[in-house]
Amino acid sequence: MAATYTLRAKHRRSRLRTLAFLSPWLIGFTVFFAYPMISTVYFSFMHYDGFKPPTWVGTKNWKYVFESYPFFWPALRNTLWLVVIMVTLRVLFGLGIGMLITKIKTGTGVFRTLFYLPYLAPPVAATMAFAFLLNPGTGPVNSMLESIGIPAPGWFNDPSWSKPALTLMFLWGVGDLMVIFMAALLDVPKEQYEAAQLDGASAWQRFRFVTLPNISPIIMFAVVTGVIAAMQCYTQPLVAGKVASGVIQGAGTSFQPGYPEYSTLTLPQLVYNLGFQRFDYGSACVVALVLFALSMAFTALLMRRRGGLIQAGD
Amino acid sequence: MPGISRKVAAALAVSASTALLATACTGQSSSGAEDDASKDTTITFWHAWSAPNEVAGVKALIAGFEKAHPNIHVNVVGNMTDDKMNQALRAGGSKAPDVISSFTTNGVGKFCSSGALVDLNPLFEKAGIDPATTFPKAMSEYTQYDGNRCAVPLLGDAYGLYYNKTAFQKAGITSPPKTWSEFEADAKKLTVPQGDTYKQLGFMPDYHGWETTTDHYMGQFGPTYFDASGKSTIATDPAVAGAFAVQKKLVDDLGGFKKLEKFRSGLGDEWGPKHPFQTGQVAMQMDGEWRLGMALDAKPDFEIGVAPLPVPDDQADQYGKGYITGTIAGIAATSKKQNAAWELVKYITTDTDAVVGFSNAIHNVPSTLAALKSPKLKYDPRFKTFLDIAANPDSSTSPASINGGVYLTTIQQLGYDYESGKVTDLQAGLKKAAAQIDTDIAQAK
Repeated sequence: MAATYTLRAKHRRSRLRTLAFLSPWLIGFTVFFAYPMISTVYFSFMHYDGFKPPTWVGTKNWKYVFESYPFFWPALRNTLWLVVIMVTLRVLFGLGIGMLITKIKTGTGVFRTLFYLPYLAPPVAATMAFAFLLNPGTGPVNSMLESIGIPAPGWFNDPSWSKPALTLMFLWGVGDLMVIFMAALLDVPKEQYEAAQLDGASAWQRFRFVTLPNISPIIMFAVVTGVIAAMQCYTQPLVAGKVASGVIQGAGTSFQPGYPEYSTLTLPQLVYNLGFQRFDYGSACVVALVLFALSMAFTALLMRRRGGLIQAGD
Repeated sequence: MPGISRKVAAALAVSASTALLATACTGQSSSGAEDDASKDTTITFWHAWSAPNEVAGVKALIAGFEKAHPNIHVNVVGNMTDDKMNQALRAGGSKAPDVISSFTTNGVGKFCSSGALVDLNPLFEKAGIDPATTFPKAMSEYTQYDGNRCAVPLLGDAYGLYYNKTAFQKAGITSPPKTWSEFEADAKKLTVPQGDTYKQLGFMPDYHGWETTTDHYMGQFGPTYFDASGKSTIATDPAVAGAFAVQKKLVDDLGGFKKLEKFRSGLGDEWGPKHPFQTGQVAMQMDGEWRLGMALDAKPDFEIGVAPLPVPDDQADQYGKGYITGTIAGIAATSKKQNAAWELVKYITTDTDAVVGFSNAIHNVPSTLAALKSPKLKYDPRFKTFLDIAANPDSSTSPASINGGVYLTTIQQLGYDYESGKVTDLQAGLKKAAAQIDTDIAQAK
């Protein structure tokens, strides 16, 4: 009897000790995730403007966002565009630059620094610089294109060019991915390349069957973090649209993000617009939940489809 | 780590950041104050002015108040945006403002309907001040919503026409246009092409440009915006369609949207010395009274003329009216010192000498009828045009709405789509926009 009691007490102490070690995470999880998450779901069914007590409105906010809020679908399309096109290009470009720099014999440090520096530029400053460079009327990029007879695009002033212009800017700041890919590429065992070469593998085959399998976890990391960043893309499209539109908020002026023609609208901008400009917290919560669900869906999809990207045991 | 745990952990990591976006979907507010305004107290005043002369003007205004009320000290915080004010009004706390002053009138409906600012009607009544006879009609209108006067005009802005007199003489135009037909003809005469762009553009009509927003234009057409039941009238009020039609004709006649947008994207900053009117790139400009001081400071190499904006041809008898807006002041519902706050608001908005002094300092239109007539008002003779527009009974503003300026944003969006050619059927576009405005208002209720 006494032995059983001692054993139970030992188990209880062990459980308590485990919980004590876990408590920082548990507290963080409750305060920063579970409570906000439950609140968000709760407020998505309430009419609440921050002053009057919240009132239950059922699915009104959900219907409003999906059926009547004119910015939701364009913002969703833009966000998905950024997730698919921009993330793909960023990963390919980052990997390409990383591979090139690992190949060069001299001046690696200089190139590494040159490619990494843009990543350090503050988002607002970088966007304003690009808006200046890509200005259709006075920008040096268009002057150069026109001088060699290439029709100059409208960039941030043209709805069909605004997202490619944004992508171009994100490619310029690809330094973070480049550094990660470089580390992964330098980590690929040399003997595998030597063995492949002895077997007569071409450059493409060496990349396909040696490099790619070795760096696949890093590619997965780049894709997942890129998707999350694209989902949360807020500052750059907002600043680009605002600068290009020429509207400066002042007496009597109003600015709706998305210039031109909703093309730079993203879902996080809608959360801000609904929540902190219109003070329709209920609808803002709906958009936040959509964003959350999308993030979950993309992550789950990537994890499920990782197949060839991550090898067993990773 | 087992696969399922990793999936869950990754999913949680992803979602935690998203959930943070939603954490602000909560908040509380409180109100009520029983303070004694005759006792020594300090109140906080948030305003949006930032230019050195404006900040100096605010400082002088507050110094005048503190001299008249030695027991009330004012902690002044400048350069505050509407977004920051809105958040602070909801959050409250010891550092939140007791009195706010916002640059835009668009938020008044939201301020009043939500209870963010206190209704000043009882305080005006107690002080024996009748807002209807104290403030110009349009200013009195844009500071209240549904009978709740939660804001007071603190100087105003009147929109008029700036024109390049030298360019007018060169083009053989002897006087500023009074109707939109005359305006259109003059704008074409004043346009000097240069290659596929312009050496001088008669007028920049794009809604995306400068002050040419839909609501500023529409002031010249006298739209109603809402009927008695609060439903949008933009699809049924011919004034709205008329305003859109005039603007679109200007866009088409002056070179088309693409060419104009390309030109506009290369123009200088609206608030800088390279404003296209000041550099002579644009010969006519719709703008507020503040532009005169800014344009004179830029020392342009031409003579600046000022006149009211044109009116529709069938409203020629109303020439002289304009769009009116302005800065507003109000008392935070979360303030615990509302009586002292009222003393400040009353002084800065109704004391004639204070209003005149502030107007002289920052070159805005005075916001009381007494101040508009005050002999102490100092101004360039051309500034008189704006004083007359402000006092004109036909001048109009955009009414307050329960969701603030959302309906104006909807109209503006239609403007963008119509001028660019994305929307070709104006009437269908107006109907859709009116339905959107009604839906947005229903959502806000």
